[in-house]
Amino acid sequence: MSFRNPLGTARGLGSAKSGVAHWWGQRVSALALIPLGLWFAGSVVKLVHADYVVVLVWLHIPGVAVLLSLFLVTLLYHAYLGVQVVIEDYVHTEWLKIATLLIIKFACILFGAIGVFTALRVAFGA
Amino acid sequence: MADNRPLSPHLGIYRWQITMTMSILHRATGVALAVGSLALIWWLVAAGMGPQDYAQVQSFFGSWFGQFLLWGWTFSFFYHLCNGVRHLCWDAGWGFEIKTLYITGYLTWVVALALTGFTLWSVYGGAA
Repeated sequence: MSFRNPLGTARGLGSAKSGVAHWWGQRVSALALIPLGLWFAGSVVKLVHADYVVVLVWLHIPGVAVLLSLFLVTLLYHAYLGVQVVIEDYVHTEWLKIATLLIIKFACILFGAIGVFTALRVAFGA
Repeated sequence: MADNRPLSPHLGIYRWQITMTMSILHRATGVALAVGSLALIWWLVAAGMGPQDYAQVQSFFGSWFGQFLLWGWTFSFFYHLCNGVRHLCWDAGWGFEIKTLYITGYLTWVVALALTGFTLWSVYGGAA
């Protein structure tokens, strides 16, 4: 066993560099999600009992397409940052941790792309 | 860094506090909402595909299991939102006094449950 304490081992290696970006990204996306989330929740309540045509008309409103796209991107970005921390906290096998993080990151980007594409496709009248 | 240095006490010997329940619930609701975002995209894609696909998704969310999920996500959303604002206040350096911590903690529960109740009422009761 080494008698050097953990601080001694860590000292001199420099900062992790990207740690602050994660922290800020989570906070700023959280702030943006307050109005976006409330807007979406309110919209869904109004659409719960609506017919399909009413939902389509709603999706055709330009402001809705913009807000919905922003909401989806911000939501998935915030979700990834949050789930990333959970994985890092509980998955201790290095390769499994990295593999899980990559799969979740790719899934978030894929579903975000599908969501935004759909919102725009419907808005543009397909 | 596997050595014999003392670690902080294990969760098992902590006295239960509402603050720790709220902390773990913030995480749990966050993960639930991350899963919920996929359901939201499923709903959107179905709406984009046509009336049959949309009706299929609507009937799933109309089933008891679908309703159970939706109410879970509704509470999760409002809880994570309210407790998230609490977190942002801490980040700004406000609300660390023990007394304030407990007041905002109980306030989070009251507001989150009230907003969930209001949404429930809006969907099933008055506004519809």
